[in-house]
Amino acid sequence: MHPAFSVIFFTTCSGAGYGLLAMMGIWGAAGMLPSERWMGLAGLLFALTLVTVGLLASTFHLGRPERAWRAMTQWRSSWLAREGVMAVLTYIPAALFGLGWVWFEDTTGLWAVAGVVSAILAWLTVICTAKIYHSLRPIHQWHNDWTVPSYLLLSIMSGAVLMSVLVHLFGAENPYIQGLTVVTLALGWGLKTLYWGFNKRSSGLPTVNSAIGIDAAGDVSVLELPHTSDNYLMKEMGYKVAQKHADKLRTISHVTGFALPLVFSALAMFIDGYAALAAVVLAWGLCSLGIIVERWLFFAEAKHTVNLYYGATKV
Amino acid sequence: MTSLPSHTNKKLGLVIDLDTCVGCHACATNCKSWNSGGHSAPLTDYDPYGPQPDGVWFNRVHSFEVKRGDRPNLTINFPRSCLHCDNAECVTVCPTGASYKRSEDGIVLVNTDKCIGCKLCSWACPYGAREFDADEGVMKKCTLCIDRIYNENLDPEDRQPACVLACPTSARHFGDLNDPESKVSQLTAARHGRDLMPELGYKPTNKYLPPRARKIDSADIGAPEELEPFEADGFLGWLDKVLSK
Repeated sequence: MHPAFSVIFFTTCSGAGYGLLAMMGIWGAAGMLPSERWMGLAGLLFALTLVTVGLLASTFHLGRPERAWRAMTQWRSSWLAREGVMAVLTYIPAALFGLGWVWFEDTTGLWAVAGVVSAILAWLTVICTAKIYHSLRPIHQWHNDWTVPSYLLLSIMSGAVLMSVLVHLFGAENPYIQGLTVVTLALGWGLKTLYWGFNKRSSGLPTVNSAIGIDAAGDVSVLELPHTSDNYLMKEMGYKVAQKHADKLRTISHVTGFALPLVFSALAMFIDGYAALAAVVLAWGLCSLGIIVERWLFFAEAKHTVNLYYGATKV
Repeated sequence: MTSLPSHTNKKLGLVIDLDTCVGCHACATNCKSWNSGGHSAPLTDYDPYGPQPDGVWFNRVHSFEVKRGDRPNLTINFPRSCLHCDNAECVTVCPTGASYKRSEDGIVLVNTDKCIGCKLCSWACPYGAREFDADEGVMKKCTLCIDRIYNENLDPEDRQPACVLACPTSARHFGDLNDPESKVSQLTAARHGRDLMPELGYKPTNKYLPPRARKIDSADIGAPEELEPFEADGFLGWLDKVLSK
């Protein structure tokens, strides 16, 4: 599949924003964060900015962005519509939680409930995003059991890495918060490794024989294409990435997205002051880069069944 | 509404004969011609006279070669268009309600006034039936010539999809696949018509008839295995003897 910049930017940026919003909601409601105005403002503003910028970016790839509001109407059948509905709903408890924290400097009681609800809605939004990809049966690399957990955990992980930066900036370090960052990095790394392993080992059921309806006749190869230059299908769904480049990028993602952030996040638990802040900032920067590479691979390595009509032997 | 109808009264669709299709592209060009002025018009072209011509088509004709061991290779010409699936997930993924499947005849259509051009339906189609019109910013697809098949301004024999009318070898057949008595249903039953990628569960309406077994030996068509030498007498016998010296 064509790795469109707007969609990579949307899923990584909004994913991190929802992850941070959920962290703010959960840790805030649990009383693990100072209910101090500036911390709340910085954290929630940054989370909601990431979410909003990502959502706006996702409309840039539409052919008719001015009609984007229509995308919320078909929530009964469409995961994309459900995502839109959940994304909008999430703003309501997030705004209430922000009101309590920033205006009243209170994250307890009903304000805490708003925090937990924002976290749940944030996670549900990310799950809806993942379900958009997971529900597409023509794309084996997405239509498998690893897609939804990977998206959710990587969102939580991106949020946790950001949360670490925030608590270090505001001097609110806490071994539980930093510990969770380390744990989510380790789990995210493990899950993504399993996702990549699954897609390396397996491919989709359809073959060119079943695609043209002559199951048992023999080896089928392309004799002639229907058109002389690339059409929409080939540009949108025929994206090919050389295996050696994909492997190199995967190594970059392993190292910058997971391994190094894990090392720096763990290191931050044993040091303090500016050194610890530097470590968590470095972990965040590297992790962001690694996750963008991971997301690029998620699209570039996805093989749509339409490629069977254009010479692919498996998808 | 992008939920699928629980049942459709008719299942209008095509039956395509891979045995007789000669790969002439007449169906594709007549489709382009009709639909450039039809329900989903325009069928935009980009750079049509330049080095990289591209554009929106509802029907594409591929050609494949099948290697079959000792037997001669087989050429398959394969026209690919919307199969108007029962379980059309291109419809259910649509977030706006622009994509829909008609309960009266099963035809899958796009309302281009509601389409936001998110392209998700084209991702959900295993067969590559939908093509995006970058000029208009909306998705387009085969309408089964909805503006021909119900068109009372046309003669009854012309109320068929443009691709069917254009086919010089009668490899394309149009009808109701829900009616077991229809010509298309009978043809499908007689020739063991296939679903494409049945393993994905889209339950396509259109069927493809696989090529018949090729007759490659003389015995297959009832001719003698070998020809007997001609024994002549009289003048021809004398001539044969003289010329054979």
